[in-house]
Amino acid sequence: MSDAERPSPDEILARMKREETEAARGKLKIFFGMSPGVGKTYAMLQAARQKQAEGCEVVVGIVETHGRKETEALLEGMPIMPRTQIEYRGTKLDEMDLDAILTWHPGLAVVDELAHTNAPGSRHRKRYQDVLELLDAGISVYTTLNVQHVASRSDVVRQISGISVHETVPDTVLDLADEIVLVDLTPEQLRARLAEGKVYLGERAEWAAKNFFRESNLTALREMALRLVAEHVDRDLRDIMSEERITGPWKSGDRLLVAVSASPYSERLIRYTRRLAASMEASWVVANIEQPRPLSQEEQTRLTRYLALARQLGAEVISTPGTDIGGALLRIAREHNVTQIVIGKPLGSRWTSFWKRDPLRWLMRNSGNIDIHMIPADESARPRHEPIEERLARAPWRDFGVALVIAAVVTALSLSIFDYTGYWAVSLFYLLAVVLAATRLPRSPTLFLAALSALLWDFLFIPPRFTFFITHLHDFLMFGAYFVIALVIGHLATKLREREQSERRREERATALYRFTRALAASRDLDEALPKVLALIKETFEADAAVWLHEESGLFCHPASTFVPSSKDESVAVWAFQKKQSAGRSTETLPDADALHIPLVTGDRAEGVLTVHLVNPPTMEQRELLDAFAAQLALFVNKERALEESRAAQVAHQSQKLQKTLFDSVSHELKTPLAAMTAALQQPQPDRAELQQAVRRLTRTVDHLLDATRLESGLLQPRREWCEPGELVREAVAMSGLKESAVRVNIAKNLPTISVDAHLIQQALGALLSNAAGHTRNDRPIEVNAARDDSMLVISVADRGPGLQPGEENKVFEKFYRGPGTAPGGLGLGLSIARQLVEAHSGEIVAQNREEGGSRFSIRLPIGEPMQLPNEATA
Amino acid sequence: MKPVALIVDDEPQIRRLLRVVLEGENYQVQEAENGQQGLTEIANRRPSIILLDLGLPDMEGLEVLKRLREWSEAPVLVLSVRDDEQSKVAALDSGAEDYVTKPFSTAELLARLRAAQRKTRPEEEVSIFKSGNLIVDLTARVVKRAGREIKLTATEYALLRLFVRHPGRVLTHRYILREIWGPKSEEHRQYLRVYVTHLRQKIEPDPTKPSLIKTEPGIGYRFAG
Repeated sequence: MSDAERPSPDEILARMKREETEAARGKLKIFFGMSPGVGKTYAMLQAARQKQAEGCEVVVGIVETHGRKETEALLEGMPIMPRTQIEYRGTKLDEMDLDAILTWHPGLAVVDELAHTNAPGSRHRKRYQDVLELLDAGISVYTTLNVQHVASRSDVVRQISGISVHETVPDTVLDLADEIVLVDLTPEQLRARLAEGKVYLGERAEWAAKNFFRESNLTALREMALRLVAEHVDRDLRDIMSEERITGPWKSGDRLLVAVSASPYSERLIRYTRRLAASMEASWVVANIEQPRPLSQEEQTRLTRYLALARQLGAEVISTPGTDIGGALLRIAREHNVTQIVIGKPLGSRWTSFWKRDPLRWLMRNSGNIDIHMIPADESARPRHEPIEERLARAPWRDFGVALVIAAVVTALSLSIFDYTGYWAVSLFYLLAVVLAATRLPRSPTLFLAALSALLWDFLFIPPRFTFFITHLHDFLMFGAYFVIALVIGHLATKLREREQSERRREERATALYRFTRALAASRDLDEALPKVLALIKETFEADAAVWLHEESGLFCHPASTFVPSSKDESVAVWAFQKKQSAGRSTETLPDADALHIPLVTGDRAEGVLTVHLVNPPTMEQRELLDAFAAQLALFVNKERALEESRAAQVAHQSQKLQKTLFDSVSHELKTPLAAMTAALQQPQPDRAELQQAVRRLTRTVDHLLDATRLESGLLQPRREWCEPGELVREAVAMSGLKESAVRVNIAKNLPTISVDAHLIQQALGALLSNAAGHTRNDRPIEVNAARDDSMLVISVADRGPGLQPGEENKVFEKFYRGPGTAPGGLGLGLSIARQLVEAHSGEIVAQNREEGGSRFSIRLPIGEPMQLPNEATA
Repeated sequence: MKPVALIVDDEPQIRRLLRVVLEGENYQVQEAENGQQGLTEIANRRPSIILLDLGLPDMEGLEVLKRLREWSEAPVLVLSVRDDEQSKVAALDSGAEDYVTKPFSTAELLARLRAAQRKTRPEEEVSIFKSGNLIVDLTARVVKRAGREIKLTATEYALLRLFVRHPGRVLTHRYILREIWGPKSEEHRQYLRVYVTHLRQKIEPDPTKPSLIKTEPGIGYRFAG
């Protein structure tokens, strides 16, 4: 098999991922038709009855029969879920009871009209979201859908039929369908059914026949429906082909880019690109080049909606600032390997293209091998000029006032001095005023000032004065030049300022994000990080925030949260957590909630939820920043959790290992002397020496175990007293039970008295002595030295044994470590106990090899302050 | 009449062993297997020495010790498996004469037994103490070694006098501190070792190998009298 025939790893991965989630998911079957009345609901119910007959548990979630007899007949004998009533502005609206179905948990739920919009106050805005939740819960769903409700087709439908469709279903939902069943009728048959009153009743039927159900409409709709289903089938086929490795026509790696703005025309561009991308099987990117000019509230909302639509239709969305639209688009295109760019052909006037660089023409000249699609705007989507009242409402009246005052002041000043300067110089005063004003005032007042000053100059100063007439040619030229210069300068200066403001906003955003990440990076753990992070959110958004973390038994609000969430907040947060989707304010789900809930998601794992109590709906910038915050926080929580888990795992592993070693060595150390004793006692004349040795060994084992346990329990607190080092060492040697000749003690002169727990240090020394006695050869004496090394007292025990293996220097102090040269017997606890005892005194213990052979163990203890005995007289 | 020794221990094996050892030393041996029985025996028999185990089934050995000390001066030797310093110090401070940890050698046990039975000597009785070339005259307050008088500080002298009056017995740190500095002695605790070192340097024949004042690690000192 050649490489070209093999599915790429990405493809295999994508399939596996889909199959993984599908295994637990319910199956979605869509009964698809070109228009109402083709019999989708009927077909769906028939299929559901079939399923029921096969033994599947079927419930009817919601079905609209529209009074059709045949359909009602099919419902008989099927369990129908009661509907829930939602009160909205005094009227009660029937809606499907999602929770009831989730609780019932049937194998299959029948849910009519996928495109339905739920009554306000429901959990989801759209019924397809309910369906997705059912699927997630493992419940299969049968549903119905008309072609005009498919998001990417709705504008074409509007163009054909002239009817705007508001209830749409994103194309991604269609992509999720395991099966799409086309319920087809010819337009003649449908019109016949309509005439028979099988679709609508009475007058409504007549009206419908003349409008939506015109034969030309139906033909177009039918074609669209057929094509959509064909595309879907085509994709299924391709899936099979790539799985079965059948050589087929592989698609090129096309990638589309579409440029959008707040213009209403963008929606059409998005839908167009989605269709194009779907037909080419290409991925697509939606780019928004943020202009320095701040958007109005209305534009902002619109843009947010478009970008949300793009995401819903499956696009990757990129927002980036830039004044040079063409350049920015090309940069994004190159960065994302885009092969085709879709761009709208604006209806802008020739006047603007005269003095601005036309991004379109520039793009076409510079795009190289990237194809450009130019889509003309249709008239209906022509940017609606903001009505003058709205503009005025937005206009900063105060700023106009300031412009007027400036004009008045400059005029008064000029009137008083123009006798000396002449009227031409006055134009420069005005110009100066315009330039200065432009650095402070927004665009319109500046331009207003520019025009006003030109007129004032003409009227008051250019002869003949107090008329708008200009008699001399040079005055006229001067006036013309002034007018143009004032406007251009005013325009340029405000533009510069706007750009600077936008830069500053970006800067602020970047700084906020930077501070956020730094606050996280500088924190050791979550409890330290959260108060800082929440304070930062409060500072940046002037909003209270809460963080929910997932614990074993559910979501818990972290105590660092700056407000106490209500139980309603909690339920939304839980939803956002489970679905790994943002919910609440300004989202698609539960938009009526007070707060915005952003799940903390890393990869496919949710760690918690960030709940933000915003006073105003967030702008797109704020929303993006919040998402970025949440992503950073999620990473931090994830890292924290992973660390915790690995720590726990390590501890578990270590303790398991320790336990095994402990068990092995303890049983060995206890049983060996017991065996020796048993054997010795069975002799007619018990060997006393043998018995004594076994008893000593047993005693030592038990002592070590007890010492280790005592140290482990943390009860050990050194009781410090002042000790003379020489005495300390000699006592320890005497206590060790070693023969006097076996140890050579060498104590340096004038050692300071140190404050330690003599008993514990002697115990540590004892362990070193016993270790040395076990290793030294040929009865060479053990050397014990005590000396001062700067601020440390060093007590060392040296033997003439085989010395340490490389790398053993630290290992010898580990619990249950027994070196290769160790004599049999012993638990390997002695040195570990010694180290703990010394460390309890803030000292350290080191092992090293001696140059002359053998090893040296040194206890280093800080000398500390000199002792001061309480004064007393001699007796 | 033989002196009576009472063994309070719940382990029959230990009781059997001790009986053999003590009868060899010419004691009349009584046994009790729990605290209550032990207290009754002490009241009835008035033993001249008591060997008490700390881990008893019905009550703590320390509790037995405290109760009997309310009305009896009989010397008590504590026998226990607990070899941590706290237990030893607690037993000695509660009025035990000495402490022997199990397992023990019989020779050591008997030596301790004899020392414990030597009653604390009143000051008048031991006005003069001699060991080797060291002479301590408590009445004249003079300490001499090899005929030459040794200058001691007030603390050193107080220590030496305490040791001389309790020969062979373990004196716990706390006991020494209380005897010399009274109840507010805690600040002196960390210096006790230094005073003993100084005293050893003045009275011991070889201060690097003390033969008179022996250290009991973690517990206190014992004066070899």
